[in-house]
Amino acid sequence: MKKYSVFSLARNALDYHENWTEAWRSPEPKPEYDVIIVGGGGHGLATAYYLAKEHGITNVAVIEKGWLGGGNVARNTTIVRSNYQLEGNAFFYEKGMDLWRSMSQDLNYNVMFSSRGVINLAHNDAQVDAFQRRGNTMRLNGIDAEWLTVAEIKKRAPLLNTENMRYPVYGGLCQPKGGTARHDAVAWGYARAADDRGVDMIQNCEVTGMRIENGKILGVETTKGFIGAKKVGVAVAGHSSQVFQMAGMRLPMETHVLQAMVSEPIKPALDTVITSGAAHCYISQSDKGEMVFGGDIDFYNSYAQRGNYPIIEHVVTAMCELFPAFSRLRLMRTWGGVMDMSMDGTPIIDKTPIDSLYINAGWCYGGFKATPASGWCFAHTIAQDQPHDLNSAFRLNRFETGHTLDEKGVGSTPNMH
Amino acid sequence: MLIKCPWCGDRALQEFSYQGDATVARPPEPADPADANWDDEWYQFVYLRDDPKGWHDEVWHHIQGCRKHFKARRHTVTHVIADTAPMSEELKGGDK
Ligand SMILES: Cc1cc2nc3c(=O)[nH]c(=O)nc-3n(C[C@H](O)[C@H](O)[C@H](O)COP(=O)(O)OP(=O)(O)OC[C@H]3O[C@@H](n4cnc5c(N)ncnc54)[C@H](O)[C@@H]3O)c2cc1C
Ligand SMILES: [Zn+2]
Repeated sequence: MKKYSVFSLARNALDYHENWTEAWRSPEPKPEYDVIIVGGGGHGLATAYYLAKEHGITNVAVIEKGWLGGGNVARNTTIVRSNYQLEGNAFFYEKGMDLWRSMSQDLNYNVMFSSRGVINLAHNDAQVDAFQRRGNTMRLNGIDAEWLTVAEIKKRAPLLNTENMRYPVYGGLCQPKGGTARHDAVAWGYARAADDRGVDMIQNCEVTGMRIENGKILGVETTKGFIGAKKVGVAVAGHSSQVFQMAGMRLPMETHVLQAMVSEPIKPALDTVITSGAAHCYISQSDKGEMVFGGDIDFYNSYAQRGNYPIIEHVVTAMCELFPAFSRLRLMRTWGGVMDMSMDGTPIIDKTPIDSLYINAGWCYGGFKATPASGWCFAHTIAQDQPHDLNSAFRLNRFETGHTLDEKGVGSTPNMH
Repeated sequence: MLIKCPWCGDRALQEFSYQGDATVARPPEPADPADANWDDEWYQFVYLRDDPKGWHDEVWHHIQGCRKHFKARRHTVTHVIADTAPMSEELKGGDK
């Protein structure tokens, strides 16, 4: 791998940047691998990278039905945070924050991680109490959290409307180390670094079946034929129900579509992330200047990477209430991604009842921030054939045993998480 | 998306609330309440879903209209609705 640096940039400038090598190879699949990862999104690619880096397992293939980074990893609104309350979640996401901070150096790829702070707005007394309690829990867990008054929020985001609205802002909980990252760079960075350690990226290759004998997986059927594997890890986000059906499993999960949108680019106007759970809107500004924002899922089961207009209208209305100045902007694009909504709003990273088959699924709206920690823990779970402490609460059988991890406390209604 | 309420006819999506999979059924009480199978049936009823990519039978609530619940057979990729029917009737259509 050619290292990216200021020197390589200068050297390549001499021949007009025409001789950069490809970021990763595109090999034909081998007949057998030690580990196959199904799904070339952020989680699959991170898993492959940490298998090679942390566990020395390099005879690995990532099998992706489309192209690397064509799924949710490049469709999300890029918010990174670890403001969870339940123990099973808190330390897992905080591990992610550690990995985010060193990711660009570790991968030799600029993922533009920006600790610009994430502010959750409170719009009534009950929310103030709940958010302050959350902040206290976070601090007790060693995670950064800071209560901001309205005046302090105004200072951070002068264009934010706090009074002149139906539900005025009462204050906000900020996680200063949270922020955003460039989503597709995360996929490309992990792919390039994993390829450098010997991992094969197999694109345009759909997994269509699983070969399972005597309760053990032997490999996967694909559009490029059968590929054998000693172990198979599946990280296909919104297609988890579909892929595990191939192994005869039904999951505690439903697939729903989540939309997001960007405005035309403008000069720097917002240098933090503002979210309002009550208004159903979160917003930040990309490095290109676009206002990036989103809200709730469309609420009905869907595998379409597009949604309906009422939700777009709802999100835009909320955004204009929070930032009246942005009502003059034109909307440039809207899109959708299909989400693996679990029954308690918490992911699953675990072994399965089938020997040597592993599951990584159930990320709901929040799997982008989890990308590094998820890959790190999934690699551990596959390599050691048992979960790491950090993902020990993300068991597949927790629904059966009554150990659900329901951060919002809304029960088995996947569209409400 | 327009949804045809069996009582009110075609109405806009905003009038409806989605209530999920219509194929899962509350498990009947067994003769012996300590029957371990019953736990498993409840687990499946509350948590496990087929989550099909294709035709899906589901419950909708016309919450901003006549407030009745009804069933719909809707495609989860095209969002086309093949049929809607009162809860007590069978759905037709789609290639199900
Ligand atoms: C609009 C939107 C906004 C979001 N905002 C945020 C946010 O602000 N913060 C946050 O933390 N999270 C956010 N998320 C969630 C986050 O993007 C996802 O949880 C996360 O990206 C899922 O993991 P992934 O990257 O591995 O998924 P994906 O990128 O979807 O990867 C899964 C891959 O599996 C492949 N695949 C599927 N079936 C097969 C098959 N049979 N064979 C081979 N390959 C297959 C797919 O093609 C896909 O590339 C958002 C999501 C969306 C859609
Ligand atoms: Zn009606």
